[in-house]
Amino acid sequence: MLQVRRLLRVTAVRLSLIYTLIFGLFAVGLIYYVSESTVGALYRQTIDHIRDEVSELQLIYRRGNIGRLVRAMELRSRAPGSGVYLITDPLGRVIAGNIQELDVRLLQTAGWRDRPFAYRRLGSALSDEDDFAIAQVFILPGGMRMLVGRDTGEPARFQSIISSSVMVAIGAMVAFGLLAWLLIGRRALVRIDTVSQSVSRILDGDLKERLPLSGTGDEFDRLSERMNALLQKISLLNEGLKQVSDNIAHDLKTPLTRLQNRAEAALRTDATKEEMRDAMAQMLDESNALIRTFNALLMISRVEAGSVPLEFSELDLKQVIEDVVELYEPLAEEAGVSLQVEPQAECHITANRELIGQAVANLIDNALKYGSSTTSEGAMITISVSEIESGAVISVADNGTGIPDGDRERVKERFVRLDKSRTRPGSGLGLSLVSAVAKLHKGELLLEGNAPGLRAILKLPVQRT
Amino acid sequence: MKILIVEDDLEAAGYLVNALNEAGHTADHAADGESGEHFGTTQQYDVFIIDRMLPKLDGLDLIARLRAHGVKSPMLILSALGQVDDRVTGLRAGGDDYLSKPYAFSELLARIEVLARRSSGGENETSYQVGDLKLDRLSHNVERDGQSILLQPREFRLLEYLMRNAGQVVTRTMLLEHVWDYHFDPQTNVIDVHISRLRSKIDKEFEQPLLHTIRGAGYMMKA
Repeated sequence: MLQVRRLLRVTAVRLSLIYTLIFGLFAVGLIYYVSESTVGALYRQTIDHIRDEVSELQLIYRRGNIGRLVRAMELRSRAPGSGVYLITDPLGRVIAGNIQELDVRLLQTAGWRDRPFAYRRLGSALSDEDDFAIAQVFILPGGMRMLVGRDTGEPARFQSIISSSVMVAIGAMVAFGLLAWLLIGRRALVRIDTVSQSVSRILDGDLKERLPLSGTGDEFDRLSERMNALLQKISLLNEGLKQVSDNIAHDLKTPLTRLQNRAEAALRTDATKEEMRDAMAQMLDESNALIRTFNALLMISRVEAGSVPLEFSELDLKQVIEDVVELYEPLAEEAGVSLQVEPQAECHITANRELIGQAVANLIDNALKYGSSTTSEGAMITISVSEIESGAVISVADNGTGIPDGDRERVKERFVRLDKSRTRPGSGLGLSLVSAVAKLHKGELLLEGNAPGLRAILKLPVQRT
Repeated sequence: MKILIVEDDLEAAGYLVNALNEAGHTADHAADGESGEHFGTTQQYDVFIIDRMLPKLDGLDLIARLRAHGVKSPMLILSALGQVDDRVTGLRAGGDDYLSKPYAFSELLARIEVLARRSSGGENETSYQVGDLKLDRLSHNVERDGQSILLQPREFRLLEYLMRNAGQVVTRTMLLEHVWDYHFDPQTNVIDVHISRLRSKIDKEFEQPLLHTIRGAGYMMKA
């Protein structure tokens, strides 16, 4: 019962049920119409026959007398066929005819008896069943009754053949429909069940699970494929999120611990007022650095999510780069790094100035921090911008230690800092932001070797807004 | 200076009121947008500090209403949203400056003092003087004690901004915003190096330093 109720909830089953029902109704209607009109025609034909016969008999009666009529009736009664005849005297006694038994009330008045009535035919006494006929009844002068009619066995048989074949046809159709419906419905049900079982397993936390494919490429498969793609995306995002929160937990714990230690140390010792102030100032610096890290994180996730409608404007990359280089130039000089901008033409793209500026600043900042340590000939950072067919390319290259091949993708992730740079200041968010900004502008950040050093390439396609 | 703080976080507001009092200002506090509108239209304030997300009346709507009432005082928007384009929408709505939470109080104080000063004039002067240092905004001449000082264009703008706000603390982010027109937070001491360069040009050979570093806050020009 439960199984049936579940089947009824399957769309395919419901649809085939409805189709069967509608088709069945049409079929019944059609057959009813055909049988009604055929049977009606047969009846009309019978009535016409009776009329013809009556007019013949009337002719005979008019030409001769009652005796001739009786003889004619007797003759006809004996002839094979479906005619039904009877003449009785006023008291109802049979004079001639082929009727053995009849409801006498039928003879009381003259007129048509066009609804089939039961009678028993002379000589058919062997069968128990009544025969049926329609007839016309006359009252002859002197009170004699005459009945002329025809057996309706044939139309009735026809009708019964039709109705029984209708029964068979409808029965077969319903049976077939039910069968098809069970097969289709069960198939759909099985597919849906496997899908929902997989979904339950995924809900239970196994994000690696995927929906099964039947390999037929039908709509179920297409749906499952899209769902799998969705799951893939979700698990990727989820993994990223997990990694980020792990990293955040780890990387924020360190400065928070330092903050705590400083506060405790300041409270423990008999520090002078001046020392207290120093400790406080250090703590303030520490917390400012934390705030900066938070802001950078927030910025990256907002830029990555692309949820903020950003203001894009036409800007000259050359100008942006000159501004940022100018900003960093004193710092580079102080660090003994020469900051060189390769001569270039104006390069206009549509972008968010603030973000592009910050991305370039981060790249230069990175080059200053990690690119300037080793070379004997003097550290140098070369910055260039060039226009290519599909957009613009900003390149920031240093001649420092570079990043090993295997780590170049990794450093774009949040909080990833290579071991040798762990001891130096920095949040590990710089390149993540550049990468996010590149993605937001539908471009990309490439890190290449510069033999020696690192070349960071920011590709920005032409934006059509 | 009389300041109105419209902020629904009572603890943060209480801290702000105290800190502003200590800095020598008087501050009123409204806890939602509607009472902010009531305060702002019935009393005179020199500066408004308005949180962006407020109960009853949103911060940006509050600013629009105050402006519609003819309130001309500068308004600083505080926001926890605080990234990229939030400031653009905030400033477009009629705010004068924008600060995202969490912020350092020194940054807030420096900004509202500069805002208040700007609104009381000083913007349109053609020359500034701090001690014996003079800057002419039209001829771009800078001289100290009669000696002409040669500055790069950016150094000139840096000095111009510092001198316009002489006697007031100017933070690193304010400098980056007004001199370089960037609002991001440089992770290293880029601004400090620019300042020390400028300092070497204007202070080095003179006895009295004019460009002071204010620990934990920023810089200040003072004779």
